[in-house]
Amino acid sequence: MNRYPWWKNLLIVLVLFFALFYALPNIYGENPALQISKRNAVMDQAAIDKAVTALKAANITVKSAGIEDKDGLIQFDSTDAQLKAVNVVREALGEDYPVALNLAPAAPRWMLNLGAKPMYLGLDLRGGVHFLMQIDMQAAIKTALERRVDGMRGDLREANIRYISADVDNGTQIALRFPDAAARDAAITALTGKYPELVFAKDERNAQPYFTAQFTDAGALAERKAAVDQNITTLRNRVNELGVAEPLIQQQGDDRIVVELPGIQDTVRAKEIIGATATLEFRLVSGTPTDWMDAQQSGRTPPDARLYHEKNGQPVLLKRQVIVTGDRITGASSGFDQRSGSPAVFVNLDGQGARRMADITGQNIGKQMGVVFIEHRSETKMVNDKPVKEKKVIEQVINVATIQDQLANRFQITGLDSPNEARDLALLLRAGALRAPMDIVEERTVGPSLGAQNIQAGVNASILGFALVAVFMLFYYRVFGVTAVVALGVNLVLIVAVLSLLQATLTLPGIAGMVLTLGIAVDANVLINERIREELRNGLTPQAAIKAGYERAFATIIDSHITTLLAAVVLFGLGAGPVKGFAVTLIIGISASLFTAIMVTRALVNLIYGRRLRLTHISI
Amino acid sequence: MLNLFPYDAKVDFFGKRYYAYALSLVLLVVSIVSLSTKGINMGLDFTGGVVIEVGYSKAADLEAIRAVLKKNEFPEAVVQYFGSSESVMIRLPPAKTGNQNQLADHVLSVLKTEDAGVTMRRVEYVGPAVGKELFNSGGLAMLVVLAGLLIFVSLRYQLKMATGAVLTLSHDLIMVFGFISITGIEFNLTVLAAYLALAGYSINDMIVVFDRMRENFRKIRKGSEIEIMNISVNQTMSRTVITALTTFLSVLALYVFGGESLHGFALTLLVGIVLGTFSSIYVASSLSLDLGLKRRDLLKITDKEKLVDHAP
Repeated sequence: MNRYPWWKNLLIVLVLFFALFYALPNIYGENPALQISKRNAVMDQAAIDKAVTALKAANITVKSAGIEDKDGLIQFDSTDAQLKAVNVVREALGEDYPVALNLAPAAPRWMLNLGAKPMYLGLDLRGGVHFLMQIDMQAAIKTALERRVDGMRGDLREANIRYISADVDNGTQIALRFPDAAARDAAITALTGKYPELVFAKDERNAQPYFTAQFTDAGALAERKAAVDQNITTLRNRVNELGVAEPLIQQQGDDRIVVELPGIQDTVRAKEIIGATATLEFRLVSGTPTDWMDAQQSGRTPPDARLYHEKNGQPVLLKRQVIVTGDRITGASSGFDQRSGSPAVFVNLDGQGARRMADITGQNIGKQMGVVFIEHRSETKMVNDKPVKEKKVIEQVINVATIQDQLANRFQITGLDSPNEARDLALLLRAGALRAPMDIVEERTVGPSLGAQNIQAGVNASILGFALVAVFMLFYYRVFGVTAVVALGVNLVLIVAVLSLLQATLTLPGIAGMVLTLGIAVDANVLINERIREELRNGLTPQAAIKAGYERAFATIIDSHITTLLAAVVLFGLGAGPVKGFAVTLIIGISASLFTAIMVTRALVNLIYGRRLRLTHISI
Repeated sequence: MLNLFPYDAKVDFFGKRYYAYALSLVLLVVSIVSLSTKGINMGLDFTGGVVIEVGYSKAADLEAIRAVLKKNEFPEAVVQYFGSSESVMIRLPPAKTGNQNQLADHVLSVLKTEDAGVTMRRVEYVGPAVGKELFNSGGLAMLVVLAGLLIFVSLRYQLKMATGAVLTLSHDLIMVFGFISITGIEFNLTVLAAYLALAGYSINDMIVVFDRMRENFRKIRKGSEIEIMNISVNQTMSRTVITALTTFLSVLALYVFGGESLHGFALTLLVGIVLGTFSSIYVASSLSLDLGLKRRDLLKITDKEKLVDHAP
């Protein structure tokens, strides 16, 4: 007699029920959709209605439209309709409503509410861009020191301590030079305590009194962390501006950031926007055009000024002191200058920035102000077959204008070449500056057509794999083959259900892991069935043989599965991207097969043969 | 009852083990020679560089593509079909000058001048430093898997068996490397995944045989080591062959339908399964036998005590 206690059967039924429920959303699939948000505000129904009206006017069929999770969502029947609709909606709603392409689960609402979602497809299946960006920490430390030099200059002026120069030395320390040792010592006393993250040291160079300041270890660590955090925030803002649904932006290791943008089409623009380090500075102009030419020719500049160049190569002298930097900008939009009609960016400043701007422009009416566009670029060159990074800072004066009036928190900048340039600059200013420049060190882009093709390949391989294994098992083990094939089907449903529930990323190697699992999962059944055959040959009755077969094969199954699991877990722990996806499905599949191949088949066998008292023959 | 392998077979596997050793040795030498002369075709993941896959609406003209790339400062570009004649893969070494991550965009714009209908299907750029890291973490993964398996088998079974198992595993893995080298399969992260999954599979196979040996050593008190090991291998033969077959079939499905990007992965697994089956039957047990595995190594302490008690 082979019977399972009622609770074991109940457990199997329950697991099966949950597995089917959570796997079901994958059958419904996903609808192409547009995700609409409102900049700095909650999405409103009026905008959705406006978009839908515009779509109707353009003869595009809308499947459904509404607000979900704070964002507007408009669903369509086909990708064609979706792609046509983007432009229509963007035009209808304008710049304040970023529109992103998205896929919305087509499963009924109540299922989604219970957490039943389709599997999360990786970029190789849905198409999109994966970037790994490396933060230039040396530059981060250098700019952090530069900010402090600016602060120190102000502190020393306020304390009336004379200094000759204050600069950042070779990117790692601040060096201040003083006319005499007394001034230096006074400076140290004045500055000590204001910069707890720095260590000061007296120095002497060519018999000149200096003092240097370096970051403490904790200070440098805090700067590095701040650089990563702020870069992530900035990237997130920029990606939102680009209009990407479900972006992933994550720190990896100490100084790297992963950016994944599913479904993005224009990768070139995405790269430009993400990697851009552009920011602005506003400075007063120093001297006259003749002074500028002299400075250009002689290479000598007044001590409080620096030589810059305009886009056309014209030299300009600007004061060293900055009126306002780009991080004081709270808002920016693009448009056209009303008088000249040339492209312009309208900028909003925060309170502190506005106050400084008002103070300085108020005192300098009639004088000129320059807008400096700053961009960090790094290029990797191969020198003797070794990659060497070269950094370039591009500083261009995009506009020099006479201050007509006291400026406050809102004003416009002209001097841009095209409306596109104005639009991108506005976007970058809105999203905030990167604290440190970054390099793309890895990129993986998959076009949408290849993604769809990969899904099809995966589905075909799974079906063929299942069919081949099933036919063999049915042919070889008859009734016990039927139980094994049913268990294999349950195993597949379980893998899909667990992947959907965990929202783990399914990749093409992940599907390969699933197909490989099909082959390995029946191993447990082969072990059991071979054992039962053996026990039958040894003369046991069918009922006793079934019992002995399952019991004796158990230890072997556990041992052999653990080894495959061990390899899969290491793969997961140490692997990158595609390998991780493979490891995840392998781990889930093998664990699930312990349940299906042992418990589910046993329950079925018990159901078929277990109650018969005088069982003389089993089909195995 | 259908049987691939007759259940009452009494094949003398271990008596003939020297033939198996000879075969192994030949394959090992071939592998090592190919590895040391031809080496492995390291993929982009490990070398760094740029790979671009583009699609054409009709069969692509490789010569024309090569010519236009050569004319536009990409003389080192390797151009080949990828899966079908409408799909072309272009591989570039890490750039000598200029901005690495814009290389792919340049190539695409150059290709557009030759045929405006070209579409980007896939771009992969791996920086040289990242490639090196991926390579190191891959190597580390391999070592950790081998060490983990050695520990597991020696804890659950016996050190001589574990040594036999790890030697066998290394033997399998060298041969698979040899196969990858000879066929010129591109060794990338996906193939590495297949490779490590093989390590798990191969050990799994050995364990089933070892498990039966341990059981038989305890159950059958008469007979020499060779006899009992022969019985064990004969008994587990069906299972070994059937599991290899089902796994082979499922991977075959991947090979047929999985698309070009899984070809290397599937092929590595297919060959590895065959090798793993051969070696779990022959090499692993034979090695443990020649390492001096004795019946008493596998008996529980209590059994050993009993043996001593009954000794005259």
